[in-house]
Amino acid sequence: MVISTGMSAVTEIPERKAELTGETVGNIRSDHPFMVAEDVNVYYGDNHAIQHVSLEIGKKEVIALIGPSGCGKSTFLRCLNRMNDTIETARVTGNITLDGKDIYRKEQDPVALRARVGMVFQKPNPFPKSIYDNVAYGPRIHGLAADRAELDNIVHSSLERAGLINEVKDRLDEPGTSLSGGQQQRLCIARTIAVNPEVILMDEPCSALDPIATARIEDLMDELCEDYAIVIVTHSMQQAARVSKRVAYFHLGLLVEVDETDKIFTNPQHKLTEDYITGRIG
Amino acid sequence: MMNTDRTTRQKVEAGLPRRRRKEFTFKVLGIFATAVGILFLGMFFASLIGEGASAFRQTYLQLDIELSEEILAPDGELDLAYADFDGLVRTALRRELPDVSGRQERRELYRIVSIGASYQVRDLVAGNPDLVGTTQTLWVPASSTVDMLIKGNIDANVDEALRPISNKQIAWVETLREAGRLDTRFNTALFTNGDSREPELAGIKGAVMGSLYMLMVTMVLSFPIGVAAAIYLEEFAPRNRWSDLIEVNINNLAAVPSIVFGLLGLAVFINWAALPRSAPLVGGLVLTLLTLPVIIIASRAAIKAVPPSIREAALGLGASQTQVVFHHVLPLAMPGMLTGAIIGMSRALGESAPLLMIGMVAFIVDVPGSFTDPATALPVQIFLWADSPERAFAERTSAAIIVLLGFLLVMNLAAVILRKRLERKW
Repeated sequence: MVISTGMSAVTEIPERKAELTGETVGNIRSDHPFMVAEDVNVYYGDNHAIQHVSLEIGKKEVIALIGPSGCGKSTFLRCLNRMNDTIETARVTGNITLDGKDIYRKEQDPVALRARVGMVFQKPNPFPKSIYDNVAYGPRIHGLAADRAELDNIVHSSLERAGLINEVKDRLDEPGTSLSGGQQQRLCIARTIAVNPEVILMDEPCSALDPIATARIEDLMDELCEDYAIVIVTHSMQQAARVSKRVAYFHLGLLVEVDETDKIFTNPQHKLTEDYITGRIG
Repeated sequence: MMNTDRTTRQKVEAGLPRRRRKEFTFKVLGIFATAVGILFLGMFFASLIGEGASAFRQTYLQLDIELSEEILAPDGELDLAYADFDGLVRTALRRELPDVSGRQERRELYRIVSIGASYQVRDLVAGNPDLVGTTQTLWVPASSTVDMLIKGNIDANVDEALRPISNKQIAWVETLREAGRLDTRFNTALFTNGDSREPELAGIKGAVMGSLYMLMVTMVLSFPIGVAAAIYLEEFAPRNRWSDLIEVNINNLAAVPSIVFGLLGLAVFINWAALPRSAPLVGGLVLTLLTLPVIIIASRAAIKAVPPSIREAALGLGASQTQVVFHHVLPLAMPGMLTGAIIGMSRALGESAPLLMIGMVAFIVDVPGSFTDPATALPVQIFLWADSPERAFAERTSAAIIVLLGFLLVMNLAAVILRKRLERKW
């Protein structure tokens, strides 16, 4: 301990903030804000899991949420499509708007919200149905296709945009679970974009995948952010650096720092951010 | 530091023999326990089959019965209700053994043939009245004492006064056998007749039909209600004190002695709702109450076992709670639910105590033809026969148990096959 204090004394830049005050440093604003969270708090029973988080998510950008385990980044992500509604003890306060409208207002149907804000999960979770039915499920329940030809079209274009079509076009009737892990995750992405959402939330989408599959998903994100706002939770700093335009660092339920990715990784304003990205907290 | 590498390894090694000994002891105990179980099962089946197998065969007598017009239709008109079919059978028997004389001896002779013989002749004539005036050669059932003698269940060497069959009767049976007029054949009556006071005429068809009607009612009611309750409790009901209370009560209901459900059925369905006594409908309702907790518990477990990732995937796509349940949870939980339902049905099929309370223990000869006809059930029939004093009912009791076990086996097999077919491996 004594030695390390001496070391950091040398490297530390004096004006860097070190204490956890609950104030967010950097810039929470986006140039083209699409989803805006203001003073969001989440409680699980008595546990104050997310505290006073304000963040803007822009159109056509990838924003990465990073932070140590249990810091609340996934919880925050799940506020954005109201997946926390399914947890009975969870309570959300504050204000989150999508395109200027509060998503927690009374008239907001969470079902309609989730059609606009899609989600990709940590573990690939295709339905135990065929590849075709997996992708077609969303359009079917929302009645997006008038006939079979239109549905075929949606399924094909979704698989194409997810970069999966060449691998599966001859076996659309096979079970989705027969694919490899990376393919399954791309299938899940295809399934999500088949509903044509405006925002895609990704909760550590590559943590169960090998590096090659990860690289494919990351390429895919680059392409998808042309059309969608993407919020990705990741534990991999390299991934955050590679795919995101902006990075938000969470710590113990607080949003510590938000800024352009370059700025976060080269010149973080907060001591905790620096510690995390340099591997001192993990 | 005490735990250097060496001492750690020594400690581990010192404990190894003890661990191996424990493992060995446990294995031996396990094998012993399994062996005891198999032994008892083997004994059970051996005694059951040893006792019951003979009931599937029955002794028959061959008689040439003259359907004489003057006896059947003395006034020139055939009246099935009053015609003396018994007399025809007796005449035929006398003709077979002509040296029997005297009232006493004749009466003894008549006792070697079952009363079912005259029913058989009546049914024959009723089916085809043109036969009157001809002579028909028929195989008619022998009485149960003859049957027991042939099957070796009566020892001819004991004193005549101590056995139900006299020396003369034994001699006649012997004569008939030598003449080829007596034979054991497959006992069709066991499967086509209802209950009877005469063992040789008693069959399980009435009980089987009663059980089937009851199970139909039970299946139709308890599966949908049970599954619906399970889905509601698991997927929609808020978790609070009330749902906890309901959960505790359902679990307790599954452990309530079945006769209590019988009392409930008696009070509610018969006394209050005024449904008919001894009816499969009421039996089915009572068994529904009995199986509901089992099905609800099994269905809830099956729903709980559906991976949450599937639910999240569907919710994340914007499926409503109902869509999640009916598109994803239910198909995945169905094998478990069906298994639970069939296990519940098996329990219902084997249940007798609650049926005693609602009058299904009555002596009912007619085979039930609807849900409201008086009926009994297989396990109750077993209970009734086990209670009967005639020697011949002992083997029929075992035979009925074999049939009941056969039904249970088929149902459990169906459960396994259904589960295997519906289970999605992907």
